[in-house]
Amino acid sequence: MFLIRLKQFLFKLMVYALLLAGSALFIIPLVWMMSTALKPIEQTMSMPPSWLPYQLYAQVNGERVKVTRGELVEQPSLVVFDERLGMDYIVAQSSISEGHLIQRTSEDEELRIPVIVRAEIPGSEERPWMRVIPEVKAETETMEESGGAAAGHYGATWFVVPEDEVEREVSFRWENFGKAIRAMKYFPQYLRNTLILCLLTVVGTVSSSAIAAYGFSRIPWRGRNKVFLIALATMMIPFPVVMVPIYSMFRSLGWIGTLRPLWVGSFCAGAFNVFLLRQFFMTIPKDLSDAARIDGCSEFRIFWQIMLPLCRPSLMVVGLFQFMGTWNDFLGPLIYLTNQKDFTLALGLQFFQSQHGGTEWHYLMAASTLVGIPIIILFFFTQKTFIEGISMTGIKG
Amino acid sequence: MTKREWREFFTGLGFISPWIIGFLAFVLYPVGASIYYSFCDYDVLTRPVWIGTLNYQDMFTDEVFWKSLRNTLYFAAVSLPFGLVLALLVAILLNQKVKMRPGFRTIYFLPSLVPVVASSMIWLWILNGRFGLLNYALSFIGVEGPNWLSDENWTKPSIILMSLWGVGGSMVIYLAALQDVPRELYESAEIDGASSWTKFRHITVPMISPVLYFNLIMGIIGSLQVFAQPFIMFGGGGTNRSALFYAVYLYQNAFQYNQMGYACAMAWVLFIIILFLTWLATKGTRKHIYYAGE
Repeated sequence: MFLIRLKQFLFKLMVYALLLAGSALFIIPLVWMMSTALKPIEQTMSMPPSWLPYQLYAQVNGERVKVTRGELVEQPSLVVFDERLGMDYIVAQSSISEGHLIQRTSEDEELRIPVIVRAEIPGSEERPWMRVIPEVKAETETMEESGGAAAGHYGATWFVVPEDEVEREVSFRWENFGKAIRAMKYFPQYLRNTLILCLLTVVGTVSSSAIAAYGFSRIPWRGRNKVFLIALATMMIPFPVVMVPIYSMFRSLGWIGTLRPLWVGSFCAGAFNVFLLRQFFMTIPKDLSDAARIDGCSEFRIFWQIMLPLCRPSLMVVGLFQFMGTWNDFLGPLIYLTNQKDFTLALGLQFFQSQHGGTEWHYLMAASTLVGIPIIILFFFTQKTFIEGISMTGIKG
Repeated sequence: MTKREWREFFTGLGFISPWIIGFLAFVLYPVGASIYYSFCDYDVLTRPVWIGTLNYQDMFTDEVFWKSLRNTLYFAAVSLPFGLVLALLVAILLNQKVKMRPGFRTIYFLPSLVPVVASSMIWLWILNGRFGLLNYALSFIGVEGPNWLSDENWTKPSIILMSLWGVGGSMVIYLAALQDVPRELYESAEIDGASSWTKFRHITVPMISPVLYFNLIMGIIGSLQVFAQPFIMFGGGGTNRSALFYAVYLYQNAFQYNQMGYACAMAWVLFIIILFLTWLATKGTRKHIYYAGE
C-alpha cells in the first residue's frame, strides 16, 4: 500500500515538474520580449543580460544622479588628458612614466605621448571602479554642451566611481513604447488600417458564411450535398496556386496599393467557415424552422430571427478567428500594399525591422509587444469561446 | 421538380450565393488561370505567352528550386513529428489531475496566438549570436552557442525551434480529444490490470486517432507552405540559401523576379506534393483510425 502511494506521489511530482519546466520554456520568450522592451539600449547589449530593467545611480559631486554604465577599471589607473586629441581617457598606472603615456608599437619601438594626469583611480580586481556617464535630463542639454571634456575637468561627461557605490534600482523605460511608435513613423495609420480591415473582414466573413451555411444546412434543395462536397474540396487548394491569378485580377481592377483586395474576399463565404457553421446549424432541431414556415415566415426571417440568435456562440468563434487572422496576416498585405501609409501593423512591424533591425532591439521588442498584446488581451476576454472554437475545428474537422 | 422544389432550389441558391460568387472569382477562375499561366511566360505587365511545359522543365534544372524543396522537406520532416509529439505530451500532462490546469493551458497556448511577425522578431532576438538569450543559456552548460541566424547549419533548426514554440494550437485540440475519452474504458482496463503504457497504447491512441490524423494532415499542409517566419527572419533565404523555403522562393519568383508563370508552375508542383503526402499519410493511418460514430 505504501509503495503504491509513494509511486503515485512520485508520478504526481514528475507531472508537475515537467509542466512547470515546460511552462517556463514557453513563457520565457514573451517575458524576454517585455523585458527588452522596457530597457535602455545599452542594457539590451550587456552580457550577462538582466531580466529586470534597471537604473544606475552614482554620487557625483555630492549629488545622486542617474548614470549609464561604462567599463570597469580593475587595476590602479589614471585619468589623463591628452592634449593632442583634446580628450580624457583612462590608462593603467603602469603605462605612464614621467608625464608620458608609453605605447609599445613594436618590439623595440615605443611611442611617448605627453599627457596631463588628472586623477588617480585605485581600482583593483577586488574592488573595481566603474566609469559612469550621467544621463542628461533635458534633451537640449546634450553632453557636448554641458560637458566640455576637452576644455575642463574630466568629470563633465563621465566620472569614475567605486563600483560598489553605484546603486541599482529596478526601473522600467515605459517611454520606449512612445519612442518606438514615433520611430515607426506611421504607427497610427498602421493601427487604423489594421482595425478597418479587421472590422470589414469580421463583418464580411460572419455575415456571408452564416447566410451560406444556412443555405447548405437548413433548406433541402436538390443537389445541395453535391455542391457542398465541391465546397469542401476547395479547402484543399493551397493559396500559392491561386495567388498569381487573384493578384493579376486585382491588378487589372486597379486595386493594388489599396486595402480593397484584403477585405473584399471576406464577403464571399469561405468554405472553412461555412463548414464550421453548417455543423452547428445542423444541431438545431428542424421543427423550429418548420413551425415558423407554417406560420408563413419567409426563409430570410427564419434565418435572421430564429437561427442567428441561437447560433451566436459559433458566430463568435468564426468572427474571433477572422479577427485574429486579419490582425496577424502578413502575406496578404505584403503582396497588395505598396504605400507605407497603407501598411497594416504586421507589415509595418516587419518593415520597421528591415530598416532598423540588428541594433535597436528595445524599440523592436516594444513594437512587437504593441502588435502582440491586443491579441493576447482579446484572448483573455474570450478564452472560453476561443478554446471551444479550436477544439471544435479539430474534433469535427 | 415540383413548384415547391423549384422554390426551395432557388431559395437555397440565393442563400449560398455569397459562396458561389467567391467560388467563381477566387477559386474556379484563379485555378483555371493558374493552370494556363503555368504553361506561359507571364510577367503580369504584358499578356501571357504560351511556352508549353518549359516552366516545368526549367524546374528540373533550377538548383535553387531543388534547394528550396529540400529545405522545406527537411523542415517538415523534423518539425512535424517533434511538434506532434510535443503537443501530445503536453496535452497528456495537462490531462492528469493537475491543479491550475487552465493556467497551464493558457501558458502553453499563448505563444501560438502571438502574431507571426512579432514572434519572428522575438526569435530573431533570442537567437542573436552575441546578445541572444539562447546562447546565454547554453553558456551555463558550457556550450558555446552557434551563430543561429548566419551559420547555414543552424538556420533551419532556428525555424524549427520557433515552430515548436507554437504547438499550443494542436495541443488544445489534443487536450479536448483526451477529455472526451470515456473514463469507464480506463477503469475497466485497470480492473484487468493493464499498465499505463497498455492503456495509452490501446485506449488513448485509438480514441484520439481522428485528432491525431487531423493534426498530421494539417501539419503536412501547413509546414510545406511555411512562409512568413523564414521570409521575415531570413529575407532572401539566409546564408547560402540555407533557409530558403519553397513558398518563399515561389513568392520571389512571382513578385520579385516577375516570373509569374514559373511561380504558378511551382504552385502546382507544391499542390501535387501536398496531395501525394496527404494521400500517403491517409493510406498509412487509415486502418488505425477509429471513428466512434461508425
